[in-house]
Amino acid sequence: MASDYTAFFLLQDPNVRLVLAGTILIGIIAAITGCFTFLRKRALAGDAISHSVLPGVCLAFLFYGEKNPLVLMSGAIASGLLSLVLMEAVTRARLARPDTAIALMLSVFFGAGIVLLTAIQHQGNAAQAGLDKFLLGKAASITREDLQLIGLSACIIVGLIAVFFRGFYLISFDEDFAFSIGFRVKFLQFLLSVITVWTIAIGIQSTGVVLMAALLVTPALSARMWTDSVVRMVFIAGFFGALSGYVGAFISYTAPALPTGPWIVVSATLLAGISLAFAPGKGLVSRWAVHQKNRRKSTDENILKLFYQLIEKSGGAQHGLLEEDLINQRSFNLQTLRTGLKRLIRKGLVVQLAGVYSLSEAGMSAATRVVRLHRLWELYLQRYLHLEPDHVHDDAEAIEHVITPEIEQMLAEELGYPDKDPHQTNIPPETL
Amino acid sequence: MMSFQVNDWWILLTTCAVSLCCVIPGTFLVLRRMAMYGDAISHAVLPGLVAAYLISGTKAGPGLLAGAASSGLLVTILIEFLQKKVKVQHDAAIGLVYTFLFAVGVIMVSQFAGMADIDQDCVLFGEIAFVPFDLIAGIPRQLLISTGLLLLLLLALWAGYRGLYLSTFDPGFAAAIGIQVIAWHYLLMAMVSLSTVIAFESVGAVLVIAFLVGPPATAALFSKRLPGMLLLGSLFAIVSSVAGYFLAMALDANVGGCVSLVIGVVFGISVLIRKYLFRE
Repeated sequence: MASDYTAFFLLQDPNVRLVLAGTILIGIIAAITGCFTFLRKRALAGDAISHSVLPGVCLAFLFYGEKNPLVLMSGAIASGLLSLVLMEAVTRARLARPDTAIALMLSVFFGAGIVLLTAIQHQGNAAQAGLDKFLLGKAASITREDLQLIGLSACIIVGLIAVFFRGFYLISFDEDFAFSIGFRVKFLQFLLSVITVWTIAIGIQSTGVVLMAALLVTPALSARMWTDSVVRMVFIAGFFGALSGYVGAFISYTAPALPTGPWIVVSATLLAGISLAFAPGKGLVSRWAVHQKNRRKSTDENILKLFYQLIEKSGGAQHGLLEEDLINQRSFNLQTLRTGLKRLIRKGLVVQLAGVYSLSEAGMSAATRVVRLHRLWELYLQRYLHLEPDHVHDDAEAIEHVITPEIEQMLAEELGYPDKDPHQTNIPPETL
Repeated sequence: MMSFQVNDWWILLTTCAVSLCCVIPGTFLVLRRMAMYGDAISHAVLPGLVAAYLISGTKAGPGLLAGAASSGLLVTILIEFLQKKVKVQHDAAIGLVYTFLFAVGVIMVSQFAGMADIDQDCVLFGEIAFVPFDLIAGIPRQLLISTGLLLLLLLALWAGYRGLYLSTFDPGFAAAIGIQVIAWHYLLMAMVSLSTVIAFESVGAVLVIAFLVGPPATAALFSKRLPGMLLLGSLFAIVSSVAGYFLAMALDANVGGCVSLVIGVVFGISVLIRKYLFRE
C-alpha cells in the first residue's frame, strides 16, 4: 500500500502520469468553462446537459461498434446540444417553465441513455465492457488516445475562451449591453454552449455524466468567493479544478474498484466549503465578524444615547447613573448592557466609580453626536417624506448608527441647521 | 410473443403505483417552479438511505423511510442556508448541495458494497424487474409499500388540499389569511422525499425526476386547474408506465429508463396535439 503512494507521488508509473495529466486537464477546462456557466446562472442547465450526453455516447457506440474516443465524444456533443436546443425551444414556446424544461430533458435523455445502455449490455457484445464507466467516471480508464483527444480539446477550448473572452464576459453579465455595443450575442451564446457541451463530453471519462455538472459549477462557485474579477476567478477556479482532478486520479490509482467521479466531486465540494466559510469579505466567518462588529457598535451607541437622554431629562442635574437606572429605561438585556459598559469603559467613554457610571468628556461628545443624528434624521423624515412625528422614531433608531460625518453635514445644511426635532426636543449642536 | 404471467402483472402494477405516488408531489413542484428541487432531493436521499440501511439492516423498515425523508429535508435546509446566509445564487446552491450528497452516497455504496445488496447501477437506474422476487404474503413488498404511500399521499392531499393549494398559487394571500406557508413548503418537501425513496429502489435517483416532473408538465399543457392537472397527470403516468413496460420487454432494456423515455415521448406528442388540435 505504501509503495502505491510513493509510486503515485513520484510519478514513477507512466500510467500514473497519463491518468494524472488527463484528470487535471479535465478539472482545469471544466472549471474555466464553468465560470461562465456559473456567471450566467445556468448551473442547472449544465447539469441537464451532462446527463443528456449519455444516449449520444451509447448511440455512437452502437453505430461504430467499438469505443473510439473521437466517435464517442462526437455522439456526446450531438446529444448534449440536442437537449440544450430542445430545452430552449420548450421554454421559449412557453410549453413549460425553465425549471420544468430542464428537469424534463435531463431525466428523459438520461432515461433514453439507460435504455440504450441496458439494451447494449444485454446483447452481450464484448466490446461494450466499460461503457457503464461513463456513468460515474473511471479516471484509470484514460488511455493514450483519450489523453491526446483531451489535450487537443483543452487547447482549442482554452484558445477559444481566450480569443472571445471579452464577449463571453459581457454576455455573462449584460446581454443587452453587449448587443448594443456591437457584440454578436447570439453567436457568442451558441459558441459558449458548444464549448460547455464539449467540455462535458471530454469530462465524462473521469467524472461521469451524473456528476459532471459539479465539476463545472463547484470550482467556479469557490473561486467567486475569493475575488470580484472575472480574470482572477478563471485562474482560481482552474486551480481548484486541477486539485480536484488530482484527487480523482489518486483515488483511481490506489483504489481501482471505486468510481472516481464521486471523489472528485467530494474534494471539489470540500474546497467550496472552505471557500464559503473562510474567504475574506464574502465568506461566512468574515460576514459574521462584520455583523458582530456592527452589533457591538450599535449597542455601544445606544448606551451612550441613554446616558444623554437621562442627563437631559434631569435637566443636566444628574450625571452619575446606576446600572438600575439604565436597565429600567430601555429594553436592554442585562448581559448586553454590562458587556457594553465594560467596552465603553475600556474605550474611555464611560467612567465607573463605586458602581456609579458617568460619561467622560469624549463619551459626552460621542453621545451627543448619536442623539444629534437621531433627531436630525427624524426631522428630515418629517419635513421631506411628510411622516407624522410619531412614525419617525424607529427608522431613526436604525439609521443613526450608519450616518457618516459627511452625510451629517449635508443633513444639517439641507434642514437649515435646526435646533428642534419633530418632538420639540433640542437637537444638540455639533460637537468637536 | 411473450406470455404475460403473474410476475409481469406485479411489475406493471408496481410501476403504475410508483408513478402515481410521484404525480401528487410532482404536480406541486411544477406549479411552484421547483422542479429542480425534485432533482436535488432525489439525489440527496441516497446517503440517508444507505446510512439507514446500514444501521437497520433492512430495506423495509420505517427507519429507512425516516432516514431518507430527513435527508430530503436536510437538502432543502442546506440550500436555503446557502442562499440566505452565504448569498450563493439559487442554481449554484442547488447544484453544489445535491451533487455533494449524491457523491457521498455513491462512495458509501461502493465502500459497503459487500454489506448492502445495493450497487452503483441500482442507485442510478434501479431495477424494477426484481420486484416479484421479494414477496410478503404472496404480494411484492414494493407494491405493498408504494400502494400504502399512495393512500397516505391521497390522505395528505385530501386533508391539506386548501393549504397546499393556496400556498402554491398565492403564497402572499395564504400568509395573509394565516396559513403557515413555510410549514406547507416543508410538508411538500417531505412528500417529495417519501415518493423519491419509494421510487428509488425501482427506478433509481435520476429517473425519479421524469416520474415527478414529466406527467404533471404534460398535464399542464391541457389544464390550468389543480384537480384537472392531478387527474390528467395520473392518466399520463399510467399510460407511460404501461407503454414503457412493454417497450422494455420488447427491447430487453431497463424498465425505468423505458418509462422515462415514453414520458418524454408523451410530452412531445402532447405538444403537437395542443399545437394542431387545440389551436386558440
